[in-house]
Formats: sequence, structure tokens, C-alpha cells
Amino acid sequence: MISVSSVINIALRSLIVNKMRTFLAILGIIIGVGAVVTMVAIGTGASSKISQQIASIGSNLILILPGATTQGGIRMGHGTLQTLTMSDAEAIAKECPAVVSVAPVISGTAQVVFGNQNWSTAVMGTTPDMVIVREWEIISGRFITEQDVRSGTKVAVIGQTVAEKLFGDLDPMGKLIRIKKIPFEVIGVLDKKGQTFTGQDQDDIIYVPISTSQRTLFGQVLPGRVRLIYAKAATLESISQATEQIKTLLRQRHRIGPNQEDDFTVMDLTQMLKAAEESTKTMSILLGAIASVSLLVGGIGIMNIMLVSVTERTREIGIRMAVGAKPKDIRMQFLIESLFLTTIGGVVGLLLGIISSLMVSSIMQWPISISVFSALIAFGFSAFVGVFFGFYPAYKASTLNPIEALRYE
Amino acid sequence: MALIQVENVTKIYRFGEHELKVLDNISISIEKGEFVCIMGPSGSGKSTFMNIIGCLDTPTYGKYFLDGVDVSTFGADELAEIRNKKIGFVFQQFNLLSRATALENVELPLIYAGVETKERKERAKNVLSKVGLGDRVNHYPKQLSGGQQQRVAIARALVNNPSIILADEPTGNLDSKSSMEIMEIFKILNDEQGLTTIIVTHEPDIAAFGKRQIRFLDGRIVCDSNICTQERES
Ligand SMILES: Nc1ncnc2c1ncn2[C@@H]1O[C@H](COP(=O)(O)OP(=O)(O)OP(=O)(O)O)[C@@H](O)[C@H]1O
Ligand SMILES: [Mg+2]
Repeated sequence: MISVSSVINIALRSLIVNKMRTFLAILGIIIGVGAVVTMVAIGTGASSKISQQIASIGSNLILILPGATTQGGIRMGHGTLQTLTMSDAEAIAKECPAVVSVAPVISGTAQVVFGNQNWSTAVMGTTPDMVIVREWEIISGRFITEQDVRSGTKVAVIGQTVAEKLFGDLDPMGKLIRIKKIPFEVIGVLDKKGQTFTGQDQDDIIYVPISTSQRTLFGQVLPGRVRLIYAKAATLESISQATEQIKTLLRQRHRIGPNQEDDFTVMDLTQMLKAAEESTKTMSILLGAIASVSLLVGGIGIMNIMLVSVTERTREIGIRMAVGAKPKDIRMQFLIESLFLTTIGGVVGLLLGIISSLMVSSIMQWPISISVFSALIAFGFSAFVGVFFGFYPAYKASTLNPIEALRYE
Repeated sequence: MALIQVENVTKIYRFGEHELKVLDNISISIEKGEFVCIMGPSGSGKSTFMNIIGCLDTPTYGKYFLDGVDVSTFGADELAEIRNKKIGFVFQQFNLLSRATALENVELPLIYAGVETKERKERAKNVLSKVGLGDRVNHYPKQLSGGQQQRVAIARALVNNPSIILADEPTGNLDSKSSMEIMEIFKILNDEQGLTTIIVTHEPDIAAFGKRQIRFLDGRIVCDSNICTQERES
């Protein structure tokens, strides 16, 4: 029995002899593996970013907006009609079992001033349940309470961006800021949430009690009417149930006949994001598949070069057979050669893939994720390519007739 | 039983409908220690016969007993093992690996015999010194003369201590001086070690080294004695 080290030694030597050809064969695999690693990193990066965003908007979130999606065939902007009321919000909280919490909003954009700093931001009047619906942490102070809402206190809870723009390094707690020239006391600061999938900065926000907002900030809103209502379903599975319950309840409360259209719109944000997540997953599979084609082409390149090599070395094979090499010894020799080519290609391709992923992420601001798993897959796949595409040439070499091989010119 | 016992061996090549009978019902036995020279016109089947004896090829019909074992039915693996352990082949074209040194070429049979590196190198070096190439161990074939290359090939044939040396026109590519040197090596091996040797040649002065001569004609043995004086090859 021929020893393993001898087989490897023989294979390596013949690869060294033909450096240029060996390099070109490996290059095909390098590009293939590199492409797979990069594409998978880009694809999974995108879908994991969307997953993070699902978590950041608050899971199982439902938005209820006034106005129908379409009215008489003409699409109307949401909120053009003020059809939702505070009591609608209360009714949803009370009568929809699939909904766990509800937060109505009266909001607008306003100029905010602290000292000589000023900043234009979204000001939302809401109720205490908002932090539950949005799953938002308070990093200092407290959020709006029932007491604040009842008495219409002039207090504000600010997002990170607002804190930074108005206060810089100062501690905002207890400071007085002016919203539309009216002084508010900062009672709490929200944790950082980052951007939404549409690129909106979620931390550029101020929450005030809904009653204060109605009375002193956005008085043009009809009394009792709200801009929109946030609701949170109990579980992911109960979102559609909650949506149905809200629709039925509101149609009833707004006295909408069976043939009339809704005067409100219910949006399931989680579902929208899930759909986006699904489509990026599909995209990453597609990217990976396209990249795999280049790995396949690389594998065919290996096979081509191995076949040429077998033909060129027919006489060598004949000599080896004449002195006692068994068909399986010859087969091993060529298989190890091809496995060696693809393994080297796999390692270099992996490094190249990681480098190019990092470049894509820094130049195009694209989120990437390189997992050990995808690296192992790429590496294993290249080894598989080596065995798969090396097998036929190796088999062909091993079945040569020694006499004919010796006579080959 | 003799070392080599060939019984009614026929080799036929088929080209579609056409048949070419290259060896025609040959029977012969060769004892251990014999020095046989085979002659005959081109195409008479000498190489075909040698390939069968050397287990590179198998007969179409008939039996071939090597050391009492019928090898005519052996498969590729078993034949490879026999070539490795019992046969030392020397070719007209030397058939050395051009990218390997003299030493590495001689080591080759030992690699497939599974001999470990250190012992392999030692044995290969020894045999190379025996054929007078102790100072050419690390030379590549292209750095050696024809006669030296053939001596490397002989060393390779000898390194795994075979029972038989088969040489198919070993001097066919050499000048007469080198030819004689090569034949001296074969003669010494046969005289001193009793190594069974079979050599194919076209030249009568080479054939004269043989203690037994066999003449082929059209796939048959037409003369088998201690001297086959030729009805000149036509
Ligand atoms: N693989 C093959 N296929 C078909 N015919 C073959 C094959 N090998 C040999 N032959 C034929 O068999 C015959 C005998 O060939 P062989 O090589 O044994 O002759 P030889 O006596 O060694 O000749 P030479 O003295 O020229 O070496 C020739 O006619 C040759 O054409
Ligand atoms: Mg011949």
C-alpha cells in the first residue's frame, strides 16, 4: 500500500511544475468562492438589518389612520379627514381582545428652543401606553403618566437626536424647553432606536401628554379627534385577528353600511416588514445562486485542466503503472491534485470574499454579515467541487491501459 | 513447475470484423536462472509476448503460470502487484520520469510497494551504485547519456528484488559501446545472482549473450535452442 504522504508529495510536485496552469485553475475557484462569500454577506446583511428594524419599531405593531385608502376611486392621503377619536382608541383598548395596548396620537411639527439652540422636530401628544406599544426604554427620568394626561401638564419626553441637538453634552433632565414658544419641562429621555426602514430618524421626536398637545400645541385639530392610533397585538399570530377586530369595531362605531368603504385605514407594519424581510431573503438566495454559478464554472475549469493534465501525462501514468501503481493509486494522485487546487482556491477565495464584503459595506454603506457558517459552506463546497470535478479525470487516468499509455507520444 | 510456464497462449487484436492473430498458440517454459534472448522480424509478436510475460497485458486465450500461479485471469490490481514485486521491466525508450532525479526514478517501485522514505532512498542509492551511477544520483534524465539513462532504468527494474528481468530491445537506442556495457550488467546479474533474464533484440551479437535463444515468426516460435542461426531476417 502506497503511503498517504507519498501520494500528496507526488501530487504537489506535479502542481509546482506547472505553476501558471495551477494558478489559473485556482483563480477560477478563488473568484467563485469569493463571489459566493460576498453575495451571501450582502444578502444576509440586508435581511438581518430588516429583522433589527422589525424589532426597533416594536413588534406586532398596528397603525390606524383616519381616511380611506381610496374614496370614489380617488386615492386620498391618510389623515385628510379627522375621523378617529379618543373614544375610538379607548374602545379599541376595551373591546378588542387581541389588542394588548393602545396609544392615540395628536402630532405635528414644531420649532423647539433651548437657550440659543433651536431645532424643528416631530412633537407627538400621546398616552402612557406609547412606550409599551413601541417597546421603548426610558434611559433617564420617566414617561408621561395618566396624571399628566388628566391635568394636561407641560412636560416633555425627548428622543436622543433632540437631546443631542438641543443640549449637546448637557443633562436635559428638568430643563425647560420651548415648543411653539410654550415652556415644557423635560422629564425623561428615550433610548436610541435608530432609523426606520424608510430612513426616518426615530429618535428625532418629542412626546408630550395628548391633552396638552390638543389644548396648547395643535389646536386646529377638532376636539376629541386624533391624528392616528398605535395598537399592539398580543402575539405575531394574533395580528390579523386584531386587525379584523379593530376594523369591525370601527365600522360599527362610525356607522358604516355594508356597501360603504371604511373611513379609516389599518396598517400592519410587522407584516409589511416581514414581507420585506422575505424578499431580501429571496434576494440573498438568488445572489448566492448566481455566485454559485461562477464557482461551478471554476469547477469546470478545474476539470478541464485536470483532463489536459491526464492526457499530457499519459506516459507518466504508463510508467507508474508498469512499476506497480494500482489504478486506485493513480486515481488518488489526481484526486488529491484537484482537491488541493480547490482547497487553496477556497481559502484564498474566502479571504478575498471577506475583504470585498468589507469594501462593499464601507463604500456603499450596505450592512453585511459574514458568518462562520457561510464561510464553512463556501469552503466545503469548494472541496466538494474538487472531488466532483476531479473524479472524472482521475477515473479516466486510472483506467488507462498500461501498454497504450507507455506507447503514447 | 518452471518459473515461467506459458500454455497455448494466443493474442488476437480485433478491428471490427477483422482479426489479427499476433501470438498463435504459443507454449514455452523458462526455468529460474535462465538467460533467454528473443529474436525475430519486426511485427512477429516479440513485444506482445514480453508484455504478457511481464503482466502488462493478458492473453486472449491460453494460460500463463508465473511461479506456479495462473495469472492469465488476474485483474488490474493483482497484475499491478505482480509487476511491482516480481517483474523488472527495461524498455527501449528508457521510460524514465523526466521531472524526477535518477534517485527518485529508482525509488518509484518502492513507493508503490509502500516502503518508507528512509529505507527507500537507501535501497535506491545502493542499486544505483551497483550499476555504476553512484555519483549521478541527483541528476535528471536529460543530464545523463543514453547509456546512463538505461542504467537508471535497470536500477529501477532491480530495486524491488524481482524474480525476472524483462528487457525489450534495451540497446535499441544505444551505440555499440554503451550496448556492450548494458549487456555486461545483465550478464553479471545473471551469472552472480542467477537472475532470470529475458531480452528481446534484433542484433546477433547482443543475442549471443543469451544461453538460450528463441526466434519468433508470425506469432509463432520457430526456433528454441542454445543457438538459433538465422535464416536472415527478410
Ligand atoms: N494495440 C494493438 N492493436 C492492434 N495491433 C497491435 C497492437 N499492438 C501490437 N499490434 C500488432 O501486433 C503485431 C506484433 O507487434 P509486436 O509489437 O509484438 O511486434 P514486435 O515483434 O515487437 O516488433 P518489433 O521488432 O518492431 O518491436 C504487429 O503487427 C502490431 O501491429
Ligand atoms: Mg517490439
